[in-house]
Amino acid sequence: MEVISVSVDSHFVHKMWNDYELTKMVEGGVPFHMASDQAGNVGRAYGVWDEAQGIELRGRFIIDPDGVIQAMEVLTPPVGRRMAETIRQIQAFQHVRASKGTEATPAGWMPGELVLKPGPDLVGNVWQVWKPEMENA
Amino acid sequence: MADQPQGCARTTGAVMGEQPSAAPANETTGTKKEMTMTARVGQKAPDFEAPAYYRGKFTTIKLSDYLGRWVLLCFYPGDFTFV
Repeated sequence: MEVISVSVDSHFVHKMWNDYELTKMVEGGVPFHMASDQAGNVGRAYGVWDEAQGIELRGRFIIDPDGVIQAMEVLTPPVGRRMAETIRQIQAFQHVRASKGTEATPAGWMPGELVLKPGPDLVGNVWQVWKPEMENA
Repeated sequence: MADQPQGCARTTGAVMGEQPSAAPANETTGTKKEMTMTARVGQKAPDFEAPAYYRGKFTTIKLSDYLGRWVLLCFYPGDFTFV
């Protein structure tokens, strides 16, 4: 898993932010590439560019080994993300990919939990194997 | 203008794993026409190249170099913001 962050700040500012603040939050500093997109070109291509403010919204994209975007989430600036949910989605997509698309993960799925095998036998029978309470189990 | 190893970020005009389809990639004039693409789930991600900071060094990152691996791409409003 490779993580890349992008903002409109220059890579010089990325260095300052890393050195002066983030190293105090994360031992050893930021362990991934902090990319700079000062002209907003990358942000535009991903639909997260905010023209009025000249910034990029909190966009998060999970890209699979074929280069296909499997998931995206975009938040306006004042609300932060929840990393645990991103990790859960990555695990779910990785599971589905490993099954070569023969399995699907129901709502709230966590690694190790029941997966669904879509097919004629499952039509109308999901209720027998999956219940809403399982999402919060 | 000479090549700048630490220039601005730019999209390559292609999606991950493909060559730009529009005409020759090497622009002949100074003005670059940026490809406008919109990212969508189930579709290939727009490729890009950008200057980056990574573990004490300045480098250039190209998304398509990571084909074959899972990538988590995160945008955020700015360094030193609070959230």
